[in-house]
Amino acid sequence: MPEISREEVAHLADLARIDLSDAELDHLAPQLAVILDSIASISQAASDDVPPTSHPMPMTNVFREDVARPGLTAEEALSGAPEVDQQRFSVPRILGDLCARETGEERASDRATDPSL
Amino acid sequence: MSENLMSFEDAMAAFDPAMGLEVHVELNTVSKMFCGCPTEFGAEPNTQTCPVCLGLPGAMPVVNRVAVESAIRIGLALNCEIAAWCRFARKNYFYPDMPKNFQTSQYDEPIAFEGWTDVTIETPDGAEVVRVDIERAHMEEDTGKSLHVGGATGRIHGADHSLVDYNRAGIPLIEIVTKPIMGAREKAPQVAKAYVAQLRDVLRGLGVSDVRMEQGSLRCDVNLSLSPAGAGTLGTRTETKNVNSLRSVERAALYEISRQAAILDGGGSILQETRHWHEDTGVTTSGREKSDAEDYRYFPEPDLVPVAPEREWVERLRSELPEPPRDRQARLQQEWGFSDLDMRDTVGAGALGLVEETIAAGCPPQAARKWWLSELARRANETGLDLTDLPVTPADVARIQALLDEGRINDKLARQVFDGVLAGEGSPDEVVAARGLEVVSDDGALSAAVDEAIAANPDVAEKIREGKTAASGALIGAVMKQMRGQADAGRVRELILEKLA
Amino acid sequence: MSERDERGATERDGLTRRTAAQLADALASGETTSVALTQAYLERIAAVDGPVHAFLHVDAEGALAQAAASDRRRAADGPASALDGVPIAVKDVLATRGLPTTCGSRILEGWVPPYDATVVDRLRAGGLPILGKTNMDEFAMGSSTEHSAYGPTHNPWDLDRIPGGSGGGSAAAVAAFEAPLALGTDTGGSIRQPGAMTGTVGVKPTYGGVSRYGLVALANSLDQVGPVTRTVLDAALLHELVGGHDPRDSTSIDQPMPDVVAAARQGATGDLRGVRVGVISELTGEGYQSGVQSRFDEGVKLLVDAGAEVVEVSCPSFVHALAAYYLILPAEASSNLAKFDAMRYGLRVVPDVAEGAAPPSAEDVMRATRDKGFGDEVKRRIILGTYALSSGYYDAYYGQAQKVRTLISRDFEVAFEHADVLVSPTAPTTAFALGEKLDDPVAMYLNDLATIPANLAGIPGISVPSGLAEEDGLPCGFQVLAPAAADDRVYRVGAALERLLIRQWGGALLDRVPSLDGAHA
Repeated sequence: MPEISREEVAHLADLARIDLSDAELDHLAPQLAVILDSIASISQAASDDVPPTSHPMPMTNVFREDVARPGLTAEEALSGAPEVDQQRFSVPRILGDLCARETGEERASDRATDPSL
Repeated sequence: MSENLMSFEDAMAAFDPAMGLEVHVELNTVSKMFCGCPTEFGAEPNTQTCPVCLGLPGAMPVVNRVAVESAIRIGLALNCEIAAWCRFARKNYFYPDMPKNFQTSQYDEPIAFEGWTDVTIETPDGAEVVRVDIERAHMEEDTGKSLHVGGATGRIHGADHSLVDYNRAGIPLIEIVTKPIMGAREKAPQVAKAYVAQLRDVLRGLGVSDVRMEQGSLRCDVNLSLSPAGAGTLGTRTETKNVNSLRSVERAALYEISRQAAILDGGGSILQETRHWHEDTGVTTSGREKSDAEDYRYFPEPDLVPVAPEREWVERLRSELPEPPRDRQARLQQEWGFSDLDMRDTVGAGALGLVEETIAAGCPPQAARKWWLSELARRANETGLDLTDLPVTPADVARIQALLDEGRINDKLARQVFDGVLAGEGSPDEVVAARGLEVVSDDGALSAAVDEAIAANPDVAEKIREGKTAASGALIGAVMKQMRGQADAGRVRELILEKLA
Repeated sequence: MSERDERGATERDGLTRRTAAQLADALASGETTSVALTQAYLERIAAVDGPVHAFLHVDAEGALAQAAASDRRRAADGPASALDGVPIAVKDVLATRGLPTTCGSRILEGWVPPYDATVVDRLRAGGLPILGKTNMDEFAMGSSTEHSAYGPTHNPWDLDRIPGGSGGGSAAAVAAFEAPLALGTDTGGSIRQPGAMTGTVGVKPTYGGVSRYGLVALANSLDQVGPVTRTVLDAALLHELVGGHDPRDSTSIDQPMPDVVAAARQGATGDLRGVRVGVISELTGEGYQSGVQSRFDEGVKLLVDAGAEVVEVSCPSFVHALAAYYLILPAEASSNLAKFDAMRYGLRVVPDVAEGAAPPSAEDVMRATRDKGFGDEVKRRIILGTYALSSGYYDAYYGQAQKVRTLISRDFEVAFEHADVLVSPTAPTTAFALGEKLDDPVAMYLNDLATIPANLAGIPGISVPSGLAEEDGLPCGFQVLAPAAADDRVYRVGAALERLLIRQWGGALLDRVPSLDGAHA
């Protein structure tokens, strides 16, 4: 059973996008080590031939028909937003590159033709 | 930014390319993958969302049956196995356009796997068939769209903030991944393009997607690596994202081959990274380094139960598959007597189905091809519409050709009939009637017009009397002008020559 | 206060001490109105919730409007449900349109959902005025309600003690007569364990028996919504109202629900002849407080007296249940809670940057918001879950935990071959002191030992008050478990036990809860 180091906790916090302070790291790392220790026995608990259970009820094929239904109005959708601009969620500048994404970005050419900007 | 490039010929002498293509297809379902929100393209921002696709706390997904069916049909059309049992999985990473900060996708249990498709490429030695192996096709959901505001370039770098619209979030996507394509050598870029084109045709034939690359409903990533010629190993690959036209698929592959070859030739090594294709400048630029530490922490989606397509369902879908595009093209080419060039132009223009329907409506094949690929293609181009989106049906085209064949209109009038139909004035017959476009071949009316023309052009008439019958064109023109193009030109000529004999 | 007002207040006080079933009868007979009832509860909340702090948000205006609508409906068309007009409190983890929903977290402070959870929909359709939203451990992570970002709830039996958790608010509200009914959610015992600690009845239905749509997920494969009440019959009435298939929840069971109300009424006859009761040997004895164990043993004896056949069953894999639970839960939670990122709703913390530096990026804002917006326990579990799902550890942790789930289900299957229901104490101890286990997560987790296996296997369970432990005078709980979809069995056996105990005590246990009038925080 691997021990969990302070560096590892920092890395996990980074993956989870939590900006832990040094004091928090000092506090959390030993607690996590204790928790992990208390559950360490699990790695020996079941043999290879035991199938995993991901869903408690053995159901399959639950589908909805392909019918469009009204959802929220734009006002409702945006009602909780910290900041709204041009009927869109306004978020701080996004780091990372355009090609860091598989699908997300609007191309610069789209933007050029958007008269609202 | 300019990079050192090696000429393609030199690159091919030294290296073997290996290529993998990942294509994302947006399905054309009425509602989203996991909720009932509509999927129309171009709606006002954030008007097609609900708690589910907005990722609001507490909301839960429910799978769209037609999306699953489409995924199975795509798998079958690509000769894939269909999973007897598979699950959705969460792909965890943070990005503001992804409402839940995980994408509901499939991981090690794709709905379709182990398939293939044969593509044809043109070589100096004639057509060549290349088999592309498909690794998997799986179901997932699209993200929202971000606009980056401020900053000098308008690009993501230097932007002050971004504006996010979640209308697209949750639209069903099928990701289709090939196995590494090896051994295509200098034909690799062509194979890439032919594969994507073929995929587009297959998907269009299935009717599961709009497959419009310019609107992003078909998106291609090109993974490419080089290894020393003949080594048979796999080199470090780059992943070129957002290649959004068929032509660019080929160009991006060519570019990456030349770029990587120059680096390797200079003793450098390839960085494993994503790269971005720039359609305007025709280059790829460096994106994010793909570190091995990238960890999506996949696990089975607990809010969705497994998908276990019944075998009867799969077999029914298999039996209902349309004819594969290549088979269909070969069959139609023979039936219609088209040359290879005719056929390639027809397919290239995306007019195969339209021409087929027009012929089915009674139009001779060459005439059908001519109308769609010349007259109508020009009009589509002028208005920025796809041929299929022009407000004219194959039956209209066939009817206009029939009117021509019956001699009731001429070529010039036919174009006016198209004007009327495209303007929404009704069927070809209604347009002919309403605009009074029928050819006049009644001798009484024509004779009067010819007399008038002779009277108005005594010099010309004299020349014809002297035997210079070639001058009759001027009189015919005058008659046609007077009768607003609706005269039967052949009969006019006969009348002129009779009267001036 | 005039003498007349005082008498009115006393009458209203009398109303608040009745069970929901009795209130439904009083409404049906015209003895009282929903408005009077709702007013009485709102006054009770105003009087005692200061020290108890069961509620995070009280919606007096909304509740009274719904009560008035209920009275009008009853006069015009008759009641919309068996509980039409009976007010209810709702755990703050359920989305309520137009009412703040915080999940006890700073990160959702001020969020007002634009939609209702399905169970809330059904409450509204059934005509139950919603009094407000109850306190809970942040995102339901905890067993004491001390992890609420808005301060702990206090146990009405002893204000210096915890009410259990995560649904301490709902349990305390019902125990303190601030609501006749409440909805809770149970991921590892969050309905049943607070029930045990406050002397109330709590039911975790079969997984998929009650819609989770609109329940802000802690661990999707473990969570269930269920009733928190003062009697078993009340729980059945509420279960019947909110349960049943929901097309918006893909894991919802598309089968008719068992008739839980009939089962509760049948059990109340006190006759358990022909019922086989299995005592789970792994969930008794060592580690259980002596008073808790004594009340449990007495309860088992009463079941025997009522005609039940008692056998001992063994579930050897339960030894791994806690470990499996504390891997599956954090794993699912770490993913569920990723959506709280300051982009679309909730808290947004913009970190300071040096003058002249670039403004904070979305990443910076996410990180700062999640650091400030989440409490310690939530951060612990997110990091633990991130760890458990990491590629290098998945098989050793999450994968193993899912296999243990299979083993636990098999243990239950075998046990249910020998018994119709299984029983155990609900929690190993009575309510502990506020602060006692706050810095010892593992000790806190041990409190869920007896309740967790039911969540891992998806089966139903009830906690019924079994009396007070002699050493501290605090309530204990008796847990009854049944096979999946056999929720009626837990109601039948629970109602029988309740009936026999009340007869023995000469009144309901909650009659002995200290008067909170005049108490101060």
